[in-house]
Amino acid sequence: MTKLSRLACLGLLALSVHTVWADDAPATATPTASAPSAVAPAAAPPAPTEPVLVGFDKINSGDTAWMLTSTALVLMMTIPGLALFYGGMVRKKNVLATLMQSFAITCVVTILWWVIGYSWAFTPGTNPYLVGGTSRALLGGMLYQHDAMKLTVSHLGLTVPETVYAMFQLTFAIITPALICGSFADRMKFSSMLIFMAVWSLVVYSPIAHWVWEPSGWLAAKGVLDFAGGTVVHINAGIAGLASCLIMGKRLGYPKEAMPPYNLTYTVIGASLLWVGWFGFNAGSAVASDGRAGMAMLATQIATASAALGWMFAEWISKGKPSVLGIASGAVAGLVAITPASGFVGPSASVIIGVVAGVVCFLSATSLKSALGYDDSLDAFGVHCVGGIIGALLTGVFASKEISGSDGSVLTQLWGVGTTLIYGFTVSSIILKIIDVTIGLRVTEEQEREGLDISQHGERIE
Amino acid sequence: MSKTNTGEGCQKMKLITAIIKPFKLDDVRKAISDVGVQGVTVTEVRGFGRQRGHTEIYRGAEYAVEFVPKTKIEIAVADPLAEQVIEAITKSAQTGKVGDGKIFVFDLAQVVRIRTGERDASAI
Repeated sequence: MTKLSRLACLGLLALSVHTVWADDAPATATPTASAPSAVAPAAAPPAPTEPVLVGFDKINSGDTAWMLTSTALVLMMTIPGLALFYGGMVRKKNVLATLMQSFAITCVVTILWWVIGYSWAFTPGTNPYLVGGTSRALLGGMLYQHDAMKLTVSHLGLTVPETVYAMFQLTFAIITPALICGSFADRMKFSSMLIFMAVWSLVVYSPIAHWVWEPSGWLAAKGVLDFAGGTVVHINAGIAGLASCLIMGKRLGYPKEAMPPYNLTYTVIGASLLWVGWFGFNAGSAVASDGRAGMAMLATQIATASAALGWMFAEWISKGKPSVLGIASGAVAGLVAITPASGFVGPSASVIIGVVAGVVCFLSATSLKSALGYDDSLDAFGVHCVGGIIGALLTGVFASKEISGSDGSVLTQLWGVGTTLIYGFTVSSIILKIIDVTIGLRVTEEQEREGLDISQHGERIE
Repeated sequence: MSKTNTGEGCQKMKLITAIIKPFKLDDVRKAISDVGVQGVTVTEVRGFGRQRGHTEIYRGAEYAVEFVPKTKIEIAVADPLAEQVIEAITKSAQTGKVGDGKIFVFDLAQVVRIRTGERDASAI
Protein backbone atom coordinates (compact mmCIF):
# COMPACT_ATOMS: atom_id res chain seq x y z
CA MET A 1 0.00 0.00 0.00
CA THR A 2 2.81 2.41 0.83
CA LYS A 3 4.27 1.54 -2.53
CA LEU A 4 1.05 2.61 -4.20
CA SER A 5 0.93 5.92 -2.42
CA ARG A 6 4.56 6.59 -3.24
CA LEU A 7 3.66 5.80 -6.81
CA ALA A 8 0.87 8.34 -6.80
CA CYS A 9 3.13 10.99 -5.25
CA LEU A 10 5.67 10.36 -7.94
CA GLY A 11 3.08 10.89 -10.64
CA LEU A 12 1.94 14.17 -9.10
CA LEU A 13 5.49 15.32 -8.65
CA ALA A 14 6.37 14.63 -12.23
CA LEU A 15 3.26 16.43 -13.39
CA SER A 16 4.06 19.50 -11.34
CA VAL A 17 7.64 19.47 -12.62
CA HIS A 18 6.21 19.54 -16.08
CA THR A 19 3.90 22.43 -15.29
CA VAL A 20 6.72 24.48 -13.82
CA TRP A 21 8.83 23.96 -16.90
CA ALA A 22 6.03 24.72 -19.28
CA ASP A 23 5.14 27.91 -17.39
CA ASP A 24 8.64 29.16 -17.98
CA ALA A 25 8.49 28.44 -21.65
CA PRO A 26 6.60 31.46 -23.01
CA ALA A 27 9.30 33.73 -21.65
CA THR A 28 11.87 32.18 -23.95
CA ALA A 29 10.01 32.50 -27.23
CA THR A 30 7.10 34.45 -28.58
CA PRO A 31 4.00 32.49 -29.46
CA THR A 32 2.77 32.74 -33.01
CA ALA A 33 -0.37 30.69 -32.64
CA SER A 34 -3.19 30.37 -35.14
CA ALA A 35 -1.02 29.66 -38.17
CA PRO A 36 -2.22 26.56 -39.99
CA SER A 37 -0.35 23.33 -39.41
CA ALA A 38 1.63 21.82 -42.20
CA VAL A 39 0.11 18.44 -41.51
CA ALA A 40 -3.49 19.57 -41.28
CA PRO A 41 -5.33 18.11 -44.23
CA ALA A 42 -6.67 20.52 -46.79
CA ALA A 43 -10.40 20.85 -46.16
CA ALA A 44 -13.21 23.05 -47.38
CA PRO A 45 -13.22 26.36 -45.52
CA PRO A 46 -13.83 27.22 -42.82
CA ALA A 47 -11.67 24.42 -41.45
CA PRO A 48 -12.57 23.47 -37.89
CA THR A 49 -9.89 23.93 -35.26
CA GLU A 50 -11.23 21.38 -32.84
CA PRO A 51 -13.09 18.06 -33.04
CA VAL A 52 -16.57 18.56 -34.44
CA LEU A 53 -19.87 16.70 -34.74
CA VAL A 54 -20.72 15.95 -38.37
CA GLY A 55 -23.25 13.88 -40.29
CA PHE A 56 -22.50 10.32 -41.34
CA ASP A 57 -22.34 11.53 -44.94
CA LYS A 58 -19.11 13.45 -44.25
CA ILE A 59 -17.26 10.19 -43.60
CA ASN A 60 -15.25 8.85 -46.53
CA SER A 61 -15.35 5.09 -46.52
CA GLY A 62 -12.09 4.73 -48.48
CA ASP A 63 -10.20 6.92 -46.02
CA THR A 64 -11.78 5.16 -43.07
CA ALA A 65 -10.95 1.72 -44.41
CA TRP A 66 -7.32 2.68 -44.89
CA MET A 67 -7.07 4.28 -41.45
CA LEU A 68 -8.57 1.21 -39.78
CA THR A 69 -6.00 -0.88 -41.62
CA SER A 70 -3.14 1.49 -40.78
CA THR A 71 -4.08 1.42 -37.12
CA ALA A 72 -3.82 -2.36 -37.05
CA LEU A 73 -0.53 -2.21 -38.93
CA VAL A 74 1.04 0.26 -36.50
CA LEU A 75 -0.06 -1.74 -33.46
CA MET A 76 1.58 -4.74 -35.13
CA MET A 77 4.82 -2.76 -35.19
CA THR A 78 5.00 -2.80 -31.39
CA ILE A 79 3.44 -6.18 -30.66
CA PRO A 80 4.88 -8.35 -31.96
CA GLY A 81 7.25 -6.36 -34.24
CA LEU A 82 9.38 -4.31 -31.87
CA ALA A 83 9.01 -6.90 -29.10
CA LEU A 84 10.63 -9.53 -31.33
CA PHE A 85 13.17 -7.12 -32.80
CA TYR A 86 14.45 -6.33 -29.30
CA GLY A 87 13.71 -9.76 -27.82
CA GLY A 88 15.99 -11.51 -30.28
CA MET A 89 18.87 -9.14 -29.55
CA VAL A 90 19.13 -9.59 -25.78
CA ARG A 91 20.68 -12.53 -23.97
CA LYS A 92 18.60 -15.63 -23.34
CA LYS A 93 17.96 -14.76 -19.69
CA ASN A 94 16.26 -11.49 -20.65
CA VAL A 95 14.16 -12.44 -23.67
CA LEU A 96 10.80 -12.75 -21.91
CA ALA A 97 11.35 -9.57 -19.90
CA THR A 98 12.08 -7.69 -23.11
CA LEU A 99 8.94 -9.01 -24.81
CA MET A 100 7.01 -8.14 -21.67
CA GLN A 101 8.14 -4.50 -21.75
CA SER A 102 6.56 -3.85 -25.16
CA PHE A 103 3.43 -5.74 -24.23
CA ALA A 104 2.91 -4.02 -20.88
CA ILE A 105 3.61 -0.57 -22.34
CA THR A 106 0.92 -1.26 -24.94
CA CYS A 107 -1.58 -1.85 -22.16
CA VAL A 108 -0.55 1.03 -19.89
CA VAL A 109 -0.44 3.65 -22.65
CA THR A 110 -3.83 2.53 -23.93
CA ILE A 111 -5.40 3.25 -20.57
CA LEU A 112 -3.61 6.60 -20.22
CA TRP A 113 -4.72 7.56 -23.73
CA TRP A 114 -8.27 6.99 -22.62
CA VAL A 115 -7.76 8.96 -19.40
CA ILE A 116 -6.16 12.15 -20.78
CA GLY A 117 -3.34 11.39 -23.25
CA TYR A 118 -5.40 11.80 -26.40
CA SER A 119 -7.07 14.95 -25.13
CA TRP A 120 -3.75 16.57 -24.19
CA ALA A 121 -2.17 15.69 -27.50
CA PHE A 122 -4.90 16.26 -30.06
CA THR A 123 -7.32 18.88 -28.82
CA PRO A 124 -6.56 22.60 -28.97
CA GLY A 125 -5.22 24.14 -25.78
CA THR A 126 -5.29 27.64 -24.42
CA ASN A 127 -1.49 28.02 -24.29
CA PRO A 128 0.55 26.80 -27.29
CA TYR A 129 3.46 25.88 -25.00
CA LEU A 130 1.39 23.64 -22.77
CA VAL A 131 -0.75 20.65 -23.60
CA GLY A 132 -4.14 20.55 -25.31
CA GLY A 133 -7.50 20.77 -23.61
CA THR A 134 -9.45 18.35 -21.48
CA SER A 135 -12.53 18.04 -23.70
CA ARG A 136 -11.62 14.45 -24.49
CA ALA A 137 -10.72 13.36 -20.95
CA LEU A 138 -11.87 9.75 -20.57
CA LEU A 139 -12.62 10.13 -24.28
CA GLY A 140 -15.75 12.02 -23.32
CA GLY A 141 -17.36 13.93 -26.14
CA MET A 142 -16.24 11.38 -28.69
CA LEU A 143 -19.63 10.58 -30.09
CA TYR A 144 -21.32 8.13 -32.39
CA GLN A 145 -25.08 8.77 -32.56
CA HIS A 146 -26.93 6.10 -34.45
CA ASP A 147 -30.38 7.71 -34.59
CA ALA A 148 -29.20 11.27 -35.20
CA MET A 149 -26.78 9.91 -37.81
CA LYS A 150 -24.01 12.09 -36.46
CA LEU A 151 -20.53 11.41 -35.15
CA THR A 152 -17.46 13.38 -34.16
CA VAL A 153 -14.40 13.78 -36.35
CA SER A 154 -11.00 15.20 -35.40
CA HIS A 155 -10.03 18.49 -37.00
CA LEU A 156 -6.88 16.61 -38.06
CA GLY A 157 -8.82 14.02 -40.06
CA LEU A 158 -12.18 15.28 -41.20
CA THR A 159 -13.19 12.28 -43.28
CA VAL A 160 -12.68 9.53 -40.72
CA PRO A 161 -14.50 8.95 -37.43
CA GLU A 162 -12.73 10.46 -34.43
CA THR A 163 -12.68 7.00 -32.86
CA VAL A 164 -10.49 5.80 -35.71
CA TYR A 165 -8.23 8.85 -35.54
CA ALA A 166 -7.79 8.47 -31.78
CA MET A 167 -7.01 4.76 -32.17
CA PHE A 168 -4.53 5.47 -34.96
CA GLN A 169 -2.72 8.05 -32.84
CA LEU A 170 -2.83 5.71 -29.84
CA THR A 171 -0.68 3.20 -31.71
CA PHE A 172 1.97 5.93 -32.12
CA ALA A 173 1.76 6.80 -28.44
CA ILE A 174 2.35 3.10 -27.73
CA ILE A 175 5.38 2.50 -29.90
CA THR A 176 7.25 5.62 -28.78
CA PRO A 177 7.89 4.61 -25.15
CA ALA A 178 8.36 0.99 -26.24
CA LEU A 179 11.30 2.13 -28.39
CA ILE A 180 13.05 3.56 -25.33
CA CYS A 181 13.35 0.05 -23.86
CA GLY A 182 16.21 -0.67 -26.25
CA SER A 183 18.53 1.64 -24.35
CA PHE A 184 18.14 0.15 -20.88
CA ALA A 185 17.67 -3.48 -21.89
CA ASP A 186 18.78 -6.15 -19.40
CA ARG A 187 18.88 -3.99 -16.26
CA MET A 188 15.74 -2.01 -15.42
CA LYS A 189 13.25 -3.04 -12.74
CA PHE A 190 9.89 -3.84 -14.28
CA SER A 191 7.97 -1.79 -11.70
CA SER A 192 10.17 1.25 -12.27
CA MET A 193 9.85 0.84 -16.00
CA LEU A 194 6.05 0.87 -15.77
CA ILE A 195 6.06 4.06 -13.69
CA PHE A 196 8.59 5.76 -15.93
CA MET A 197 6.67 4.93 -19.08
CA ALA A 198 3.34 6.02 -17.63
CA VAL A 199 4.68 9.38 -16.50
CA TRP A 200 6.75 9.84 -19.66
CA SER A 201 3.78 9.17 -21.88
CA LEU A 202 1.83 12.00 -20.26
CA VAL A 203 4.51 14.61 -19.60
CA VAL A 204 6.77 14.07 -22.58
CA TYR A 205 4.91 12.33 -25.38
CA SER A 206 1.57 14.13 -25.20
CA PRO A 207 3.05 17.67 -25.03
CA ILE A 208 5.49 17.09 -27.88
CA ALA A 209 2.83 15.45 -30.06
CA HIS A 210 0.64 18.45 -29.27
CA TRP A 211 3.31 21.04 -30.07
CA VAL A 212 4.27 19.44 -33.39
CA TRP A 213 1.03 17.98 -34.70
CA GLU A 214 -1.92 19.87 -33.21
CA PRO A 215 -2.34 23.15 -35.14
CA SER A 216 -2.48 25.23 -31.94
CA GLY A 217 0.87 23.81 -30.78
CA TRP A 218 3.78 26.23 -31.06
CA LEU A 219 6.05 24.06 -33.23
CA ALA A 220 3.23 23.33 -35.67
CA ALA A 221 2.60 27.07 -35.81
CA LYS A 222 6.26 27.66 -36.60
CA GLY A 223 5.91 25.38 -39.61
CA VAL A 224 7.94 22.43 -38.35
CA LEU A 225 7.32 19.51 -40.71
CA ASP A 226 6.94 16.04 -39.26
CA PHE A 227 4.79 13.88 -41.46
CA ALA A 228 4.66 10.71 -39.40
CA GLY A 229 6.72 11.24 -36.27
CA GLY A 230 10.44 11.56 -36.93
CA THR A 231 10.56 14.18 -34.20
CA VAL A 232 7.60 13.24 -32.02
CA VAL A 233 8.31 9.52 -32.05
CA HIS A 234 11.92 8.79 -32.94
CA ILE A 235 14.03 11.71 -31.72
CA ASN A 236 11.82 11.77 -28.66
CA ALA A 237 12.23 8.07 -27.86
CA GLY A 238 15.92 8.05 -28.75
CA ILE A 239 16.89 10.96 -26.52
CA ALA A 240 14.90 9.49 -23.62
CA GLY A 241 16.84 6.30 -24.29
CA LEU A 242 20.13 8.14 -24.03
CA ALA A 243 19.02 9.76 -20.76
CA SER A 244 18.06 6.36 -19.38
CA CYS A 245 21.28 4.58 -20.27
CA LEU A 246 23.38 7.47 -18.94
CA ILE A 247 21.51 7.57 -15.64
CA MET A 248 21.28 3.82 -15.16
CA GLY A 249 24.82 3.04 -16.20
CA LYS A 250 26.20 0.13 -18.15
CA ARG A 251 25.13 -3.49 -17.98
CA LEU A 252 27.29 -5.60 -15.68
CA GLY A 253 30.25 -6.83 -17.64
CA TYR A 254 29.83 -4.35 -20.51
CA PRO A 255 31.89 -4.09 -22.67
CA LYS A 256 34.22 -6.88 -21.52
CA GLU A 257 31.83 -9.83 -21.34
CA ALA A 258 30.35 -11.33 -24.48
CA MET A 259 26.67 -10.46 -24.79
CA PRO A 260 25.60 -12.34 -27.87
CA PRO A 261 22.00 -12.01 -29.10
CA TYR A 262 19.73 -14.88 -28.10
CA ASN A 263 18.21 -15.45 -31.52
CA LEU A 264 18.61 -13.12 -34.47
CA THR A 265 15.80 -14.97 -36.25
CA TYR A 266 13.39 -13.15 -33.92
CA THR A 267 15.15 -9.89 -34.69
CA VAL A 268 14.78 -10.35 -38.45
CA ILE A 269 11.11 -11.30 -38.06
CA GLY A 270 10.65 -8.24 -35.85
CA ALA A 271 12.41 -5.93 -38.31
CA SER A 272 10.28 -7.33 -41.13
CA LEU A 273 7.08 -6.75 -39.17
CA LEU A 274 8.28 -3.22 -38.45
CA TRP A 275 8.90 -2.64 -42.15
CA VAL A 276 5.44 -3.83 -43.19
CA GLY A 277 3.76 -2.08 -40.27
CA TRP A 278 5.54 1.14 -41.16
CA PHE A 279 3.34 1.49 -44.25
CA GLY A 280 0.52 2.12 -41.79
CA PHE A 281 2.75 4.50 -39.85
CA ASN A 282 3.85 6.63 -42.82
CA ALA A 283 1.19 6.18 -45.50
CA GLY A 284 -1.44 6.19 -42.75
CA SER A 285 -0.21 9.58 -41.61
CA ALA A 286 -1.83 11.08 -44.72
CA VAL A 287 -5.09 10.35 -42.81
CA ALA A 288 -6.56 9.65 -46.21
CA SER A 289 -6.55 6.97 -48.84
CA ASP A 290 -5.08 9.21 -51.49
CA GLY A 291 -2.13 10.02 -53.71
CA ARG A 292 -0.11 11.47 -50.89
CA ALA A 293 -0.47 8.23 -48.95
CA GLY A 294 0.75 6.45 -52.07
CA MET A 295 3.77 8.72 -52.35
CA ALA A 296 4.53 8.24 -48.65
CA MET A 297 4.41 4.46 -49.07
CA LEU A 298 6.72 4.57 -52.08
CA ALA A 299 9.20 6.86 -50.31
CA THR A 300 9.14 4.53 -47.29
CA GLN A 301 9.96 1.45 -49.33
CA ILE A 302 12.77 3.10 -51.29
CA ALA A 303 14.41 4.77 -48.28
CA THR A 304 14.28 1.56 -46.26
CA ALA A 305 15.91 -0.49 -48.98
CA SER A 306 18.59 2.20 -49.49
CA ALA A 307 19.39 2.39 -45.80
CA ALA A 308 19.54 -1.39 -45.40
CA LEU A 309 22.03 -1.56 -48.27
CA GLY A 310 23.91 1.48 -46.94
CA TRP A 311 24.41 -0.16 -43.52
CA MET A 312 25.23 -3.52 -45.09
CA PHE A 313 27.93 -2.17 -47.39
CA ALA A 314 29.36 0.14 -44.72
CA GLU A 315 29.71 -2.85 -42.40
CA TRP A 316 30.98 -5.13 -45.14
CA ILE A 317 33.73 -2.64 -46.01
CA SER A 318 34.75 -1.79 -42.45
CA LYS A 319 34.22 -5.07 -40.59
CA GLY A 320 34.67 -7.62 -43.38
CA LYS A 321 31.23 -9.26 -43.33
CA PRO A 322 27.70 -8.13 -44.19
CA SER A 323 25.77 -9.18 -41.08
CA VAL A 324 22.11 -10.12 -40.77
CA LEU A 325 21.74 -7.89 -37.72
CA GLY A 326 23.34 -5.13 -39.79
CA ILE A 327 20.96 -5.23 -42.73
CA ALA A 328 17.96 -5.46 -40.39
CA SER A 329 19.24 -2.50 -38.32
CA GLY A 330 19.85 -0.53 -41.51
CA ALA A 331 16.28 -1.10 -42.61
CA VAL A 332 15.00 0.25 -39.30
CA ALA A 333 17.33 3.27 -39.60
CA GLY A 334 15.87 3.98 -43.04
CA LEU A 335 12.30 3.62 -41.79
CA VAL A 336 13.08 6.06 -39.00
CA ALA A 337 14.71 8.63 -41.25
CA ILE A 338 11.98 8.61 -43.89
CA THR A 339 9.26 8.94 -41.26
CA PRO A 340 9.24 12.76 -41.07
CA ALA A 341 9.98 13.08 -44.79
CA SER A 342 7.47 10.66 -46.29
CA GLY A 343 4.58 12.68 -47.62
CA PHE A 344 6.89 15.63 -48.34
CA VAL A 345 9.55 14.11 -50.60
CA GLY A 346 9.75 12.14 -53.83
CA PRO A 347 11.53 8.88 -54.66
CA SER A 348 14.98 10.31 -55.47
CA ALA A 349 15.21 12.24 -52.22
CA SER A 350 14.17 9.02 -50.46
CA VAL A 351 17.22 7.22 -51.81
CA ILE A 352 19.52 9.93 -50.46
CA ILE A 353 17.78 10.05 -47.07
CA GLY A 354 17.99 6.25 -46.88
CA VAL A 355 21.68 5.95 -47.75
CA VAL A 356 22.70 8.75 -45.38
CA ALA A 357 20.63 7.21 -42.57
CA GLY A 358 22.02 3.72 -43.17
CA VAL A 359 25.66 4.79 -43.13
CA VAL A 360 25.45 7.39 -40.35
CA CYS A 361 23.38 5.15 -38.06
CA PHE A 362 25.88 2.36 -38.62
CA LEU A 363 28.62 4.69 -37.46
CA SER A 364 26.62 5.97 -34.49
CA ALA A 365 25.64 2.49 -33.30
CA THR A 366 29.19 1.19 -33.61
CA SER A 367 31.99 3.79 -33.53
CA LEU A 368 30.24 6.66 -31.75
CA LYS A 369 28.87 4.41 -29.02
CA SER A 370 32.18 2.76 -28.26
CA ALA A 371 34.02 6.10 -28.48
CA LEU A 372 31.71 7.77 -25.94
CA GLY A 373 31.36 4.69 -23.78
CA TYR A 374 27.64 4.74 -22.92
CA ASP A 375 25.77 1.44 -23.02
CA ASP A 376 22.81 2.09 -25.31
CA SER A 377 22.23 -1.66 -25.34
CA LEU A 378 20.07 -2.08 -28.43
CA ASP A 379 20.81 1.34 -29.96
CA ALA A 380 17.53 3.12 -29.40
CA PHE A 381 19.53 6.37 -29.38
CA GLY A 382 21.99 5.38 -32.09
CA VAL A 383 19.28 4.39 -34.54
CA HIS A 384 16.11 6.24 -33.57
CA CYS A 385 17.43 9.57 -32.34
CA VAL A 386 20.23 9.85 -34.88
CA GLY A 387 18.05 8.54 -37.71
CA GLY A 388 15.23 10.84 -36.63
CA ILE A 389 17.51 13.89 -36.69
CA ILE A 390 18.82 12.98 -40.14
CA GLY A 391 15.26 12.56 -41.37
CA ALA A 392 13.98 15.76 -39.78
CA LEU A 393 16.78 17.90 -41.18
CA LEU A 394 16.74 16.31 -44.63
CA THR A 395 12.98 16.88 -44.73
CA GLY A 396 13.87 20.55 -44.56
CA VAL A 397 16.25 20.09 -47.48
CA PHE A 398 14.13 17.92 -49.74
CA ALA A 399 10.49 18.81 -48.98
CA SER A 400 8.75 19.26 -52.31
CA LYS A 401 6.14 21.97 -52.65
CA GLU A 402 4.58 20.03 -55.51
CA ILE A 403 3.95 16.98 -53.34
CA SER A 404 3.06 18.57 -50.03
CA GLY A 405 2.18 22.19 -50.64
CA SER A 406 4.82 23.21 -48.10
CA ASP A 407 8.39 24.39 -48.47
CA GLY A 408 10.83 22.89 -46.05
CA SER A 409 13.39 24.88 -44.11
CA VAL A 410 16.29 23.32 -42.27
CA LEU A 411 16.23 26.20 -39.81
CA THR A 412 12.58 25.60 -38.96
CA GLN A 413 13.25 21.88 -38.67
CA LEU A 414 16.02 22.65 -36.18
CA TRP A 415 13.42 24.17 -33.88
CA GLY A 416 11.59 20.85 -33.78
CA VAL A 417 14.78 18.82 -33.35
CA GLY A 418 16.30 21.11 -30.72
CA THR A 419 13.14 21.44 -28.66
CA THR A 420 12.58 17.70 -28.60
CA LEU A 421 16.20 17.00 -27.68
CA ILE A 422 16.31 19.52 -24.86
CA TYR A 423 12.82 19.00 -23.47
CA GLY A 424 12.95 15.22 -23.91
CA PHE A 425 16.38 14.84 -22.33
CA THR A 426 15.65 17.18 -19.43
CA VAL A 427 12.24 15.90 -18.45
CA SER A 428 13.14 12.24 -19.01
CA SER A 429 16.18 12.69 -16.78
CA ILE A 430 14.10 14.32 -14.05
CA ILE A 431 11.53 11.51 -14.07
CA LEU A 432 14.27 8.89 -14.03
CA LYS A 433 16.14 10.59 -11.19
CA ILE A 434 13.01 10.83 -9.07
CA ILE A 435 12.28 7.13 -9.58
CA ASP A 436 15.91 6.32 -8.88
CA VAL A 437 15.96 8.00 -5.47
CA THR A 438 12.54 6.69 -4.44
CA ILE A 439 12.19 3.06 -5.53
CA GLY A 440 15.34 2.60 -7.62
CA LEU A 441 15.65 2.12 -11.37
CA ARG A 442 17.93 -0.83 -11.54
CA VAL A 443 17.66 -4.45 -10.46
CA THR A 444 20.22 -5.71 -7.94
CA GLU A 445 23.50 -7.07 -9.19
CA GLU A 446 22.42 -10.59 -8.35
CA GLN A 447 19.13 -10.19 -10.20
CA GLU A 448 20.92 -8.79 -13.21
CA ARG A 449 23.30 -11.74 -13.31
CA GLU A 450 20.44 -14.17 -12.92
CA GLY A 451 18.48 -12.41 -15.65
CA LEU A 452 15.31 -10.36 -15.70
CA ASP A 453 13.13 -13.28 -16.82
CA ILE A 454 13.53 -15.12 -13.54
CA SER A 455 14.09 -12.16 -11.22
CA GLN A 456 11.27 -9.94 -12.51
CA HIS A 457 8.74 -12.41 -13.87
CA GLY A 458 9.55 -15.81 -12.37
CA GLU A 459 9.66 -17.45 -15.77
CA ARG A 460 12.27 -18.58 -18.23
CA ILE A 461 12.64 -20.08 -21.66
CA GLU A 462 14.52 -23.24 -22.53
CA MET B 1 19.39 -59.08 -6.92
CA SER B 2 22.15 -61.63 -6.72
CA LYS B 3 22.13 -62.57 -10.37
CA THR B 4 25.69 -63.47 -11.36
CA ASN B 5 27.31 -62.91 -14.69
CA THR B 6 26.94 -65.68 -17.22
CA GLY B 7 30.03 -66.91 -19.05
CA GLU B 8 28.94 -64.83 -22.01
CA GLY B 9 28.83 -61.75 -19.78
CA CYS B 10 32.50 -62.04 -18.92
CA GLN B 11 33.40 -61.07 -22.45
CA LYS B 12 35.38 -57.83 -22.50
CA MET B 13 33.72 -54.63 -23.68
CA LYS B 14 34.78 -51.15 -24.73
CA LEU B 15 33.16 -47.75 -24.48
CA ILE B 16 34.03 -45.69 -27.51
CA THR B 17 33.57 -41.93 -27.16
CA ALA B 18 34.10 -39.81 -30.24
CA ILE B 19 34.02 -36.02 -30.61
CA ILE B 20 33.14 -35.19 -34.21
CA LYS B 21 32.07 -32.33 -36.42
CA PRO B 22 28.31 -31.90 -36.06
CA PHE B 23 27.59 -32.12 -39.78
CA LYS B 24 29.34 -35.52 -39.93
CA LEU B 25 26.86 -37.15 -37.56
CA ASP B 26 24.67 -38.75 -40.22
CA ASP B 27 27.66 -40.22 -42.06
CA VAL B 28 29.03 -41.64 -38.82
CA ARG B 29 25.66 -43.10 -37.83
CA LYS B 30 25.41 -44.89 -41.15
CA ALA B 31 29.00 -46.19 -41.00
CA ILE B 32 28.70 -47.64 -37.50
CA SER B 33 25.31 -49.22 -38.29
CA ASP B 34 26.94 -50.91 -41.25
CA VAL B 35 29.52 -52.61 -39.01
CA GLY B 36 26.79 -53.81 -36.64
CA VAL B 37 26.51 -51.23 -33.87
CA GLN B 38 23.08 -51.50 -32.20
CA GLY B 39 22.90 -48.21 -30.35
CA VAL B 40 24.54 -44.88 -29.83
CA THR B 41 24.13 -41.85 -27.53
CA VAL B 42 24.56 -38.41 -29.10
CA THR B 43 25.21 -35.15 -27.23
CA GLU B 44 25.78 -31.60 -28.48
CA VAL B 45 28.94 -30.31 -26.81
CA ARG B 46 31.36 -27.39 -27.01
CA GLY B 47 35.07 -27.34 -26.56
CA PHE B 48 38.41 -26.37 -27.94
CA GLY B 49 41.34 -28.20 -29.46
CA ARG B 50 43.79 -27.23 -32.13
CA GLN B 51 40.97 -25.78 -34.21
CA ARG B 52 40.76 -22.11 -33.32
CA GLY B 53 37.45 -20.49 -32.38
CA HIS B 54 36.00 -17.65 -34.37
CA THR B 55 34.95 -14.04 -33.95
CA GLU B 56 31.35 -12.86 -33.96
CA ILE B 57 30.48 -9.22 -34.57
CA TYR B 58 27.15 -7.74 -33.46
CA ARG B 59 26.74 -4.07 -34.37
CA GLY B 60 30.44 -3.54 -34.13
CA ALA B 61 30.92 -5.39 -30.85
CA GLU B 62 33.36 -8.24 -31.41
CA TYR B 63 33.21 -11.39 -29.34
CA ALA B 64 35.80 -14.16 -29.51
CA VAL B 65 34.01 -17.49 -29.45
CA GLU B 66 36.60 -19.83 -28.01
CA PHE B 67 34.49 -22.96 -27.72
CA VAL B 68 33.55 -24.63 -30.96
CA PRO B 69 30.30 -26.61 -31.22
CA LYS B 70 30.93 -30.36 -31.60
CA THR B 71 28.94 -33.56 -31.38
CA LYS B 72 29.87 -36.29 -28.91
CA ILE B 73 28.85 -39.89 -29.61
CA GLU B 74 29.14 -42.77 -27.16
CA ILE B 75 29.02 -46.40 -28.21
CA ALA B 76 29.36 -49.53 -26.07
CA VAL B 77 30.60 -52.56 -27.99
CA ALA B 78 31.97 -56.04 -27.39
CA ASP B 79 35.77 -56.13 -27.76
CA PRO B 80 35.93 -57.86 -31.16
CA LEU B 81 33.81 -55.13 -32.74
CA ALA B 82 35.79 -52.23 -31.30
CA GLU B 83 38.46 -51.96 -33.96
CA GLN B 84 35.90 -52.00 -36.77
CA VAL B 85 33.86 -49.29 -35.10
CA ILE B 86 36.92 -47.09 -34.56
CA GLU B 87 37.82 -47.52 -38.20
CA ALA B 88 34.26 -46.75 -39.33
CA ILE B 89 34.19 -43.53 -37.30
CA THR B 90 37.62 -42.45 -38.45
CA LYS B 91 36.72 -42.93 -42.08
CA SER B 92 33.27 -41.41 -41.97
CA ALA B 93 34.09 -38.39 -39.80
CA GLN B 94 37.24 -37.40 -41.60
CA THR B 95 37.51 -34.20 -43.67
CA GLY B 96 41.29 -33.90 -43.42
CA LYS B 97 41.09 -30.46 -41.82
CA VAL B 98 41.90 -29.36 -38.28
CA GLY B 99 38.87 -29.91 -36.04
CA ASP B 100 37.79 -33.35 -37.23
CA GLY B 101 37.77 -34.48 -33.59
CA LYS B 102 39.05 -37.38 -31.50
CA ILE B 103 38.10 -40.88 -30.44
CA PHE B 104 38.60 -42.04 -26.84
CA VAL B 105 38.39 -45.74 -26.01
CA PHE B 106 37.78 -47.04 -22.49
CA ASP B 107 37.52 -50.51 -20.95
CA LEU B 108 33.93 -50.98 -19.92
CA ALA B 109 33.30 -52.73 -16.60
CA GLN B 110 29.63 -53.55 -16.83
CA VAL B 111 26.50 -53.06 -18.91
CA VAL B 112 22.94 -53.63 -17.70
CA ARG B 113 19.81 -53.57 -19.82
CA ILE B 114 17.25 -51.92 -17.57
CA ARG B 115 14.18 -53.58 -19.12
CA THR B 116 15.31 -57.18 -18.56
CA GLY B 117 18.20 -56.96 -16.14
CA GLU B 118 20.46 -58.67 -18.70
CA ARG B 119 24.15 -58.01 -18.20
CA ASP B 120 27.18 -57.18 -20.30
CA ALA B 121 27.52 -58.53 -23.86
CA SER B 122 23.91 -59.69 -24.02
CA ALA B 123 22.84 -56.27 -22.82
CA ILE B 124 24.70 -54.31 -25.47
